[in-house]
Amino acid sequence: MKLQIVVVEPDEARARLVIDSLSPLGHDVTVLGEVTGLARRLRDIAPDIVLIDMTNPSRDTLEEMALASGPLDRPVAFFVDRTSRDLTQQAIEAGVSAYVVDGLQPDRVAAVMDAAIARFRMFRRMRTELDTTRRALEERKLIDRAKGILMKARGIGEDDAYALLRKTAMDQGRKVADVAGALVTAAGLLS
Amino acid sequence: MNLRPLRIGFVPLLDMAPLAVAHEMGFAADEGLALDLRCAPSWSSLRDMLLWGQVDAAQMLAPVPVAMALGLGGAVARLDILQVMSINGDVVGVSTALADRLRDIGHDFGFDDAALGARLLARVAMARPLRIGVPFPFSTHAELVRYWLRDAALDYELCTIPPPRMADALLAAEVDAFCVGEPWGSVAVEQGAGALFLPGRAIWAAAPEKVLAVRHDWVSNHDALAGRLMRAVWRAARWLGLQENRITASEILARPEYTNAPAELLDRALRGEMVISPRGELRRVPDVIRFFDGAATFPWRSQMAWFGAQLARHHGLDMAASIASAKAVCRTDLYRTHLRSAGADLPGASEKIEGSLHHPTAVASERGTMILPPNAFFDGQIFDPDRP
Repeated sequence: MKLQIVVVEPDEARARLVIDSLSPLGHDVTVLGEVTGLARRLRDIAPDIVLIDMTNPSRDTLEEMALASGPLDRPVAFFVDRTSRDLTQQAIEAGVSAYVVDGLQPDRVAAVMDAAIARFRMFRRMRTELDTTRRALEERKLIDRAKGILMKARGIGEDDAYALLRKTAMDQGRKVADVAGALVTAAGLLS
Repeated sequence: MNLRPLRIGFVPLLDMAPLAVAHEMGFAADEGLALDLRCAPSWSSLRDMLLWGQVDAAQMLAPVPVAMALGLGGAVARLDILQVMSINGDVVGVSTALADRLRDIGHDFGFDDAALGARLLARVAMARPLRIGVPFPFSTHAELVRYWLRDAALDYELCTIPPPRMADALLAAEVDAFCVGEPWGSVAVEQGAGALFLPGRAIWAAAPEKVLAVRHDWVSNHDALAGRLMRAVWRAARWLGLQENRITASEILARPEYTNAPAELLDRALRGEMVISPRGELRRVPDVIRFFDGAATFPWRSQMAWFGAQLARHHGLDMAASIASAKAVCRTDLYRTHLRSAGADLPGASEKIEGSLHHPTAVASERGTMILPPNAFFDGQIFDPDRP
């Protein structure tokens, strides 16, 4: 039997990657990108499993489903209730949370979770790499500005300016970017 | 000195203040602790971070540990309440459309009468159920609204909306009203999404809002460490209770790593002067939020028993058993042991009759300095945990 899986994910590219990883398992995957009216739309679809990024604030809306008590509602559990501790730990570290309808076979849930966890791990790695790259870029810009200030103020060349920044950083046990940042701030205050 | 790192989770709200202040004003360092404060995007994520050991302690909605003790909402471990972090701090708001209809029938937005508020809301209700946004299914907000409207001739449903999204949800007509913690009610006013209708304290004058929670097994193995954290947070609460620290507090909390909201909006609740509508109407309310005075930090077993009784009624659970479980999560034993040395006055009893005080009242305590502020319910009912 095919499972109905809903992925709550506003980023289209990421959503497509999740679909790609889950479709080979032979399930129907629907993506909800909009968080407006989320609870109502989920009631309409009545999925077996809902996957959501742990950093998505709208996750709290899904908690309501775990409490649904009407006669037509299907009991839903936050999946930590039903699966192995190990799988749960992995999911939380990867940053994905899941809501699973009661009574699904544990191995079928585990297969879906394995695929989802692998995908979200990749997202987390990409996010970290992106952050690192962005920070490196900002630091480079800062250092360039600090070099410019030093070259002008002391009449030295670019290499000497960088050497001076580096020596100061080493003497003070700080990062070159931090020294550059302090210099840029100070220059801004003095000008 | 080597500081012991401790990971603490929070959600960006005014009432996370004791954690930020413990860190920024050196109360944690005084106890040899380096707080690693981690912002959580949602209450469910924070609960999971705490349950699965990604944080050691967390700011938590008071009813969450109670609900888990009652086996509700995916309970995988027991959480204990070390102390209360804040009393009150919620506001009820209505959409611009509802506010207009309320004004049409002559309401002056006096911002103090919850009984009148319930009657008026029933008069302006629509053909469909009124949708009221709350931050989490298990929250002081949800329980206050349920208690407030239980006898009102009004059909309503609660919708879970994350606090920072509440103003948008009101603007998008996803909800017609809300009950949310500050500053997110004031943010809705500022964005022209609606008007504030009542402070939470108009429903229950002393409602425990956020608590400092830990896993039961964690605190069993880290008694001394828990004591250091409790003293740091308690001293931070005492600092927050002093009016002269108000401005500094709102400046600290405004930072991106805490609430990332304008200091001016955060200051309104601390000052007790709420701007309730986009036209700038001002209402003075004492105790919009309270961090310290009146034994605010003490984890009264009767307060959690009230949540236990409410949840038992709503979910059809055994009343006596639910109340007993709710009381058991309150670690008054640790509070007495660890905070006596810090100078906390300790009450003679660990529970009281909720709703019985209409005026500040002196009660028996070790130092004889304890004066409890009013804790009345809007309907004049009392809650005796032994006779619910």
